[in-house]
Amino acid sequence: MNTEFQIFPDAASTAAGKVDALYLFMVVLSAVLSVFVAGLVTYLAIRYRRANNVNREHVDHGNTIEYIAMAISFPILMGIFLWGAKVCFFLFRAPEQAMPITVVAKQWMWKFQHADGRREIDTLHIPTGQPVKLTMVSQDVIHSFFVPAFRTKQDVLPGRYTSVWFEATQPGEYRLYCAEYCGTNHSRMIGKVIVQSPEDFARWMAGDAASDEPPAETGRNLFEQYQCGTCHRPANEEGARGPTLEGLFQSRVPLAGGQTVVADETYMRESILRPAQKQVAGYQQIMPTYEGQVSEEGVMHLIAYIKTLGAPAATKPAAAPAPGSPAATEPAAPATEPTVDTPTAAPATEDNAANESEGNAP
Amino acid sequence: MTGEIASTTALPNPEREPKNYLNAAWTVRSWLLTVDHKRIGLLYLAGITFFFLLGGAAAGLFRLELMTPQSDLMESETYNKLFTLHGIIMIFFFLVPGIPGVLGNFLIPIMIGARDMAFPKLNLMSWYLFMIGGCFTLYVTVAGGVDTGWTFYTPYSSTYSNTYVMATAVGIFITGFSSILTGLNFIVTVHKMRCPGMTWFRLPLFVWANYATALIMVLGTPVLAITILLVALERGLKIGIFDPRLGGDPVLFQHLFWFYSHPAVYIMVLPAMGVISELVAAFSRNRIFGYKLVAFASLAIAVLGFLVWGHHMFVSGQSLYAGMVFSVLSMLIAIPSAIKVFNWTLTLWRGEVTFSTPMLYSIGFLGLFTIGGLTGLFLATLGIDVHVHDTYFVVAHFHYVMVGGTVMAYLGGIHYWWPKMTGRMYPEGWARFSAVLVFVGFNLTFFPQFILGYLGMPRRYHVYDEGFQVLNVMSTAGASILGIAYLFPITYLIWSLKYGPKAPANPWNAVGLEWMTSSPPPTENFTETPVVDFEAYEYHRNAADSHG
Amino acid sequence: MSTTATLPTHTAKKTPVVAHHFDDWTQQYDACVLGMWTFLVTEVMFFGGAIAVYMIYRWQYPMAFAYASQELSAPLGTFNTFILLTSSLTVALGVRYAHTGESRKVGWMLISTIVLGAIFLGIKAYEYYTKFEHNLAPLLNLPFDYAGPDPGPTKIFFGLYFGMTGIHALHMIIGVVLMALYIPAAFRNEYRDGNSLGIEIIGLYWHFVDLVWIFLFPLLYLVDRSLAAPM
Repeated sequence: MNTEFQIFPDAASTAAGKVDALYLFMVVLSAVLSVFVAGLVTYLAIRYRRANNVNREHVDHGNTIEYIAMAISFPILMGIFLWGAKVCFFLFRAPEQAMPITVVAKQWMWKFQHADGRREIDTLHIPTGQPVKLTMVSQDVIHSFFVPAFRTKQDVLPGRYTSVWFEATQPGEYRLYCAEYCGTNHSRMIGKVIVQSPEDFARWMAGDAASDEPPAETGRNLFEQYQCGTCHRPANEEGARGPTLEGLFQSRVPLAGGQTVVADETYMRESILRPAQKQVAGYQQIMPTYEGQVSEEGVMHLIAYIKTLGAPAATKPAAAPAPGSPAATEPAAPATEPTVDTPTAAPATEDNAANESEGNAP
Repeated sequence: MTGEIASTTALPNPEREPKNYLNAAWTVRSWLLTVDHKRIGLLYLAGITFFFLLGGAAAGLFRLELMTPQSDLMESETYNKLFTLHGIIMIFFFLVPGIPGVLGNFLIPIMIGARDMAFPKLNLMSWYLFMIGGCFTLYVTVAGGVDTGWTFYTPYSSTYSNTYVMATAVGIFITGFSSILTGLNFIVTVHKMRCPGMTWFRLPLFVWANYATALIMVLGTPVLAITILLVALERGLKIGIFDPRLGGDPVLFQHLFWFYSHPAVYIMVLPAMGVISELVAAFSRNRIFGYKLVAFASLAIAVLGFLVWGHHMFVSGQSLYAGMVFSVLSMLIAIPSAIKVFNWTLTLWRGEVTFSTPMLYSIGFLGLFTIGGLTGLFLATLGIDVHVHDTYFVVAHFHYVMVGGTVMAYLGGIHYWWPKMTGRMYPEGWARFSAVLVFVGFNLTFFPQFILGYLGMPRRYHVYDEGFQVLNVMSTAGASILGIAYLFPITYLIWSLKYGPKAPANPWNAVGLEWMTSSPPPTENFTETPVVDFEAYEYHRNAADSHG
Repeated sequence: MSTTATLPTHTAKKTPVVAHHFDDWTQQYDACVLGMWTFLVTEVMFFGGAIAVYMIYRWQYPMAFAYASQELSAPLGTFNTFILLTSSLTVALGVRYAHTGESRKVGWMLISTIVLGAIFLGIKAYEYYTKFEHNLAPLLNLPFDYAGPDPGPTKIFFGLYFGMTGIHALHMIIGVVLMALYIPAAFRNEYRDGNSLGIEIIGLYWHFVDLVWIFLFPLLYLVDRSLAAPM
């Protein structure tokens, strides 16, 4: 883990090979060009030095040479661009079956939570051969999640979800850095990613996982504590003043203005914290804002819970009477993947349909 | 035509020196209230040299700290303040005002045959604004520093940092006005003050480059000003504009910041390219290969420079498609830059090359700028940038461009025009030695940082993993060589002011209006307004009579 | 940005003193006008940056901004727009009189412009005052009470409102001071020879300040007001 002198970093993810190939190509290309320029300068400088008796007759040339140079360099540059974009698509597009993990960053600490509730600080266990997708948010300033061995990096922003994914290939311990300057102890905001074989990982997970409550479970408690279910009732019940949350995740939600949005994590987060921004068609704006009342982790738990609320068959919402209530959707929209609505079940599997926008939703 | 003016004004007179801009008046007042662009150029020289030493000292200190992975010399707070100070001073108080302030001010009016800038008082005001801005920075340094990094990313800078962000912001805001006024002065001067016969395509490329720079200063700096103002409002008046707790977008700050700060890179490097054009032409005794394309390349870089800011934000959460647009535009900007390198190199072809100090710096520039430019392509490539963004790879890249490019060109230019500015020659042997030393020290400092970057060492790290130590020690060793190498020119150039041999009007036997007046030039540059009936860099037409 | 087109045709009357570094009056005149235009370009970029920020947030939070803009007084804004446009007319007349050499009239036009500018600033100050009264000024940790939905983005709206109109007002104050400096010269009959350069420059500046308001007024006061109307 970066304790010994190296000149090339460990490669431990499926992305590493792709990035390295492009990088080495660029290194070779640059070396060739640099040597060419240096050689040409040296040759010309020596040949045309003052003491040398050579032909110095002035020739008025056009710009042909430059145009040829441009014509050659343009396709090369576009080739590099396309290759780079291809690698980047790979880096930024998480596979559908990726294992979800949530990350909350703060000065100067990384907090992870696995789908089954297992919490970790500054250390992250993951198995090999399994794509992992991190949904990240910062509690304070901008941080950046960077694991050199995986060749990927993503800024962690306050107020907005971003995500990063990787699939580890080599068991081992790898350094995790905060790459965006975040204040005094920026250089100490480091951690490690422990990559294990699937068996070891399963064993680790089974270890004392029971001590940590699954996020959906925590979310359900919060849901009840804030009495969200008073208004957000199942579609078939009477007295729902807010749109039902069943099957909300990844469905298309029609808004008051006539547009529709896909209910991804970012949308759900905004609707909890600033409900008036995207009003669901056919409902009054009566929901209060939860800005500053629910912590970032709390919001993530609520979202985890809402994701478990399946389509029509839903039963759960332990309704207790009272006011406010978060998030919103149109009852009509069907769930993309109905699943178990027992909140204790891990919400993992149905996470992250492909059309989620790379954590880049504006 | 070269002969006449030069020989009449530069006659050595052992009894009494001819009147020139330096001996026109001796009082302090005559310097501090001067409206002579040449004196203002020297005022800038004093100012930026001071800031360069200060910024360099900061770098020296933290490079020393980085010899070992742990914290030994200083706390993290101090370390963070030092790299912030280094960045702010070097960028806003050395690189941006450097070549335009010193060489641009001194040379542009002479090169175009004018008596002064279009707005001499405004020009003086620029210098004062620059110094006032600098005083704020000095105050911050003395009072306790600022730790946001020169990029001032919100919300750290607007809400979390408890250091002197406001005072620094005010300083940069004021210096920004200096930059705007300088740019404005350059634009109007180049448009309206050219002497008879000095058409656009007879302008030296240094003037073209500064003109392109001025466009960026005028168009970009105001955006920085409003951005800083918004951060200051946020901090000072507690208006939350980039505050995510109100729904504000911290990434919006980055967009605004880089909208200026990426073009600012070209503010720093375009004038350097202009200097190199002059130097390479003079010491190859050849017209710049493809003069017009080099001129247009400057403008192309200035324009494209405004369209690529998003390549600083590939991993900050902007959409992948926006990233692709910025990536492709950043690739395109490589073309005019490559054209320039290519044309400087080919200028040697069929030239008559000599290796005086300015030429050594130019050759150094060509090598280092090529590496800086090529590694810029790495960073413009999406797939690679994700990994190397915010690592030492970026640090190495922009130092190759800013120090390997701009500082090398600046030093080369200072040596080349030193006889003109001061009327004295510098000691050539020492100067060549220092030029080589700078080149060696520079490469040893920054090349290891490319490797560190790809290994994954993030920038702005006070303590780091042990595996990175070897390369960091190399870098620190190089930095000490570089630091000493920079002290040489400062010493012998000051020495030459008194002991250097008197310079003739045209020591390099170069063409260009600045070599057709005496060294140092008279207060209004020429005894009579020159009339230009020759093209730029006409070494070939000139070859016969220039020795006369 | 054709500068030569605005060159008055009567420079032959009596050329003013040319500064030492210019060859002739035409060069000096052209240089000053080009300089002013260049300066205005920087101003466009300056306000452009602020307006871009505003537009981005408006697009991000259309509802909050629509509700918030209802808090601004459209009648006062309209009246102020009218005042400012009139002041542009008076300053344009001032330039015209400077061209024709009617120096005293130049003075009176400058005074009218200053008075109109002062009225604008007075009304603006009153508007600010009402915002403070209603606790809608998110400055200096003053209490911010806002009954509507989404106080967060609303705070951003008012922050930008104060920021942008404040910078605009600052520009107006600078303009008023500069014009005041020209008045004595006007009444000393110094513009009788058609030496209009200074007045033209200040005129350009004032028109620009006016133009900025022409953008700010609809953006802040008018656009999408109706979105929030049902409330």
